Order: sequence, then structure tokens, then C-alpha cells
Amino acid sequence: MARAAAAALAPNLRVRERDAQAELEALEGLAAWAGRYTPNVALACGAAGPQGLLLEVSGSLKLFGSTAAIATGLAQGAAEMGYTASPAAAPTAHGAWLLARAGSPSPCLELSDLSRRLQPLPVEILDCGSRTLATLEAVGVRTLGEVLTLPRAGLARRFGQALCDELDRALGTRPDPRVFFAPPERFHAGLELPSEVRDAGALVFALQRLIVQLGGFLAARDGGVQRLRIELFHKETSTDVEIGLVRPGRDIEHFSLLVREKLSALSLKQPVRRIALAADDILAIAPENLDLLDQTFKRPGDWHGLIERLRARLGNYAVSGLATGEAHRPEAAWHVAEPGERSPAPGFGTRPLWLLPQPKRLEAVGSLPLCDGPLALLAGPERIESGWWDGHDATRDYYVARAGTESLLWVYRERDPAKAHWYLHGIFG
Amino acid sequence: MGPHPTSRMPSLTALADILHHGLVWRVGELARVETPCIPSGFAALDAELPGGGWPAGVLTELLPEHIGIGEVRALGPALARLSGQGQWVAWIAPPYLPYAPALQAAGIDLARVMVVRTKSPQESLWAIEQALQSGACGAVLGWPEKASFTQLRRLQIAAEGSQALAFLFRSPLAAREASPAALRLHLQSMKGELAVRILKRRGGPLARPILLTPAPVIETPPCHASPINHAVDRPLPPAPCARILPARLAHG
Repeated sequence: MARAAAAALAPNLRVRERDAQAELEALEGLAAWAGRYTPNVALACGAAGPQGLLLEVSGSLKLFGSTAAIATGLAQGAAEMGYTASPAAAPTAHGAWLLARAGSPSPCLELSDLSRRLQPLPVEILDCGSRTLATLEAVGVRTLGEVLTLPRAGLARRFGQALCDELDRALGTRPDPRVFFAPPERFHAGLELPSEVRDAGALVFALQRLIVQLGGFLAARDGGVQRLRIELFHKETSTDVEIGLVRPGRDIEHFSLLVREKLSALSLKQPVRRIALAADDILAIAPENLDLLDQTFKRPGDWHGLIERLRARLGNYAVSGLATGEAHRPEAAWHVAEPGERSPAPGFGTRPLWLLPQPKRLEAVGSLPLCDGPLALLAGPERIESGWWDGHDATRDYYVARAGTESLLWVYRERDPAKAHWYLHGIFG
Repeated sequence: MGPHPTSRMPSLTALADILHHGLVWRVGELARVETPCIPSGFAALDAELPGGGWPAGVLTELLPEHIGIGEVRALGPALARLSGQGQWVAWIAPPYLPYAPALQAAGIDLARVMVVRTKSPQESLWAIEQALQSGACGAVLGWPEKASFTQLRRLQIAAEGSQALAFLFRSPLAAREASPAALRLHLQSMKGELAVRILKRRGGPLARPILLTPAPVIETPPCHASPINHAVDRPLPPAPCARILPARLAHG
């Protein structure tokens, strides 16, 4: 139909250029996702380039049950990604392709049955080209069954060898080798948004499609990811949002949750036109070993999930573990660690439960420090002299002191006579 | 309306059942609680807590008069026990840095400690709720700064769904406000000991304070007896060793 005629019929028509590259990318994304059902996925090429997917599923039937189960899974997954699938099954690749193009969903499982199933299909679904189709129409041939009843010798002469070959491939009388799709090493999938989006929360819905695709990609490779990158494309610039996991995972519901938390904490400065989801490193997932005999050891719940959720919302550095170090300088005797990290157990003296990030200088009256009134020194001194080799000399005498409020404080006095000040360094919380 | 009970008067056994579940209790008696409890490590306190320890799956409010009186150390034995069982202890929005050597000295496994820093009271409340809901933690310690009754109610519901000890540290002024927490304790220092007053529990409140001495116990050597300057100038540990040894290694 001409553009003007279409516009006359539907005044609100929005005309878009067909984007072959985007179609191919979408199809390749689907091919990578479909790898969850079989490693043998091929792009089905029609007259105008790749137009569908062919899955060789005979090896997967035992796992998934039946072709119908796989077809349902494919249709459902495609719908979650925003596509409409028209699945069909047949003993030959091209036979299945023709059934799918004709929209004939009930699977054909026997080769002997295939010819009967193909006969009523219209000739338009063939790949043989518009000239051949026009000739077929001119001689009054409308279905594949009618083509098959034509004398074979004349068929090749009149309509070209390509048509005979195609029919033979469909019926399985001619070999039909395919090049299987090789999924990429890294995951990257994008999506053009139908309109500009200003609200980060609204992106969650669009991202969900890409997450489903990622799930299939990871299942096909039997791998997981530890880092995800969401790319938000604005008119000229783009914003990257990173999501980190404590350990590699491929639970798409968990991914969705993390994406939701991450985006809810994000404020968009510019509207988003296109989004993409990327995972650069596909990692192996370590199977979880549970102790069969030691039942007394209660299994800690899904703490990885908790940390990931907290980090998605509060930032990566908001959640940490603690570890002790070997140093004796109090501020170096601990460090921030990844949660779950084991640390050595060196012996220390009496230590306060709270440490001040920076020692706080205290006033003093004579030899006694003040902190809302004079402090009573209860225990000490514990002399700590260390750190001279890295330029952070500490020569201090530490005391446990009691404040007027009966709070127990950890204070020290610099030993250097030139700056013999008192400092508050910790609180016995 | 549900179906009518067969008898209008609940039988004595039914009444005993109700009392047994700890949702209704006799005045002047401790409720018997079926919920799991973790011994606090202080016999005097356990004796007064329904269930005989820190209750899991409910909100516990701690209202210390001052920071530094042993308000967190009092939880040490319970936290040590939980982390020893491989359970996580989450510290959410603590007022200072939890000092790793002190936690270790209290017997808490550092590999089961998670510290969460937040930027606002809202974030703190959210993180506490997440930690409780996840079921991943054996204990959640939260310093929410401020919290409304509705927000506390949410946390109480999150706590009910978990098996975790849920401790909220709040200002002593909060004692005047109503709270959905099942256990509320006011903490004060009294002559070097920690005086715990039970403001609310399942069962009547307790008028007299319970005195605890949380570790580490500070021995008081005659430190003020001798002049401070003398103590500072006396070379106490053989510090020069540390100076010489690495230097030799460096030159050798």
C-alpha cells in the first residue's frame, strides 16, 4: 500500500522506516535466549534476510517433555520480552519454518504426516521469490499441494530449480544443513523506547524484557553474572548504572528486584530514549554444598541476596564487613572487608566497642583530660608505639576513663612532649 | 462472623491454652512465651525476660541514658552465640565505627558481621526492615535516629516474620511515647554497673532495676594513686624491639 493511501485511511498513522539492523539484533538476542532450550539454534533466512529462529530440539525433548512444552515456553518467553512468537514443529527444519509462517501451531511429529500438513498451505509462504510466485498465481496454483501435483520435470523447467529444492528440503528428501548460531561471549541487549521517559521507575518495565533475555542467555551458557550494567541513552549523552552481586547469579527475579531498587534511587537529569543491559563477564556458578550431617549448624538465609539488595539501594560502599589487621595502632588494627571475610585473631588489650573515625582532641586541666567535665582514669596506661615506618607515627598512652555520665571512654595522650595533648578515641558502648 | 462456639463459656483448658500462648497474661505474672529466645548471658536478666532470654521475632527497644555505658556490650554474649552458629549480625546505621578487635574479643565472629551505613533515618528504617524480612540475619541492631509509631509498627511486623533478634537503639526520651515493641528496656549506669529497667514486656513491668556487668570488666589499678606523668614517662612495654627488628630486616 502506498504511504499516501495508508495515510488517507488512517490520518493518525505514524510511519517508521523499517530498521533491518535492529531486526537482526533483536533476532540474535532471541537466538541467544533460545539457547536455553537447545544449543542448536539457527537463524531462518527468508527472502529478505533473517526472519525467524530454527531450533533443533530432538535432543531436548527428554528434558522438557514434549515439543508442545517447548513451544509454550518459547511463546511465553517471547511475550515477556515484548515479542509475539508463532511456533511450529516438524521433522524437517524447512517444514517447520513453513508451518510457522502459515501460523499452524499444532506440531507435526511424523515425517509421513508432513506432506499432508503442508498441502493446504498457500504458496505465498515459500521463499522462492516474487517472480516465481507471480508465475504460480498466473497458472492458477494456490497451495503447496497443487504445486506438488504438478509434473516434476516441468516444475523445474518452468519455475526454476530453487522451487524444487525448497520443496525437497521441506519434505526431507534433500539434505538441509544449517549453520548454528554462535552466542556472543558477552551479553548486550538494547531496546528503543516508544517515547521519551523521564521517570526512572518507568524504565523498570522496559528493562524487565531485557532481563528475561539475559536469563535465557545465562541458562544457555550455564553461567551467571556478578556485574550488570544498565545503559540509559539520552539525546546526546548516556548514563551507566552498575549493579554488583556478591556472587555470580542468574535468578532473573532477583535481578529485577535489584534493578528496581537501583533505579528507584536514581534521579534522571535528562529523558531516556533507549536502554541497554550489558554483562561483560559470564562466570561459572559454584554449586552450593550443604552439610548433610551437621544439622546443628543453622543455615544462614539468603545473605547474599540481602547484601545485594541493600547495595542496590544504598550504594556499594554502604554495606561492608569487618576484619582485624595485624597492626597494633588502633586505627590500623581493623579494616573494612567484604562481608563474610575471615580475619586473624590477634590478641589485643581492652578495646572499646565504638571507635571514633578521627580521634577527638580533648581539653585538659593539669594532667586530667576533660570531656563534659573531668574524666577519671580507671585503667592504663597501655603504651602503643607503632607506625613510624609508614609515616603515621603513633606513640600514645591509652587509658580507660570514666566520664561524669558514667560512660566509659578510651582516651590517649600523645607521648611527644611537644604536643602532649589528650584525645578521645573510642567509647565502651 | 465465624461459627458460634459450642459453649459460650470457654472451658478452663481453653483459657489455659490462651495464657499459654503468651498473648494474654495475668497481671503480676510473666507471660510464658513460645517464641524462641536466645539467652542473654546474664542470669539475672534472663529470669525477668518472658521466655528466658532475648526474644526472637519481636522488636526489642533499648533506651540507653548515655552512649558508652555498656548498652551494646550487654548484647555481646547473645551475639557471640548467634554468630558462632553461623548466623549473621547486621549493624544498621551505628553511631560510630563498630571496632573489630572489640567485637572479636567479645567472641563475635567477624565473618558474620555486616555493617550498613545510611544517609537518612528513612534509609535506616528501610535497611532494618529489609534485614528482618530477608530472614538472613540472626540479629539486627538498628539505630534509626527517629521513627514514628507507624514505622515502628512496620518493623515489628517485619520482625514477627523473622526468627531474628531485632534491637532498636533509641533515645531515652522515646520512653514517653507509645511503641509497638514487645520489649522495652531503659539502660542506665549505676556505680559502674549497667542498670536495666524493664519498661514493657509480656507480663507486668518491673519496678526494680536489674544490675549487669557487661564485659570487658575494667579493673581499676591504682592509676590515679601514682602521678600520671610518672606513668607516661615510664617505658612500659619494650617498644624499642619493634623499632629495631624491621630496620635490621630492611638493611639485611
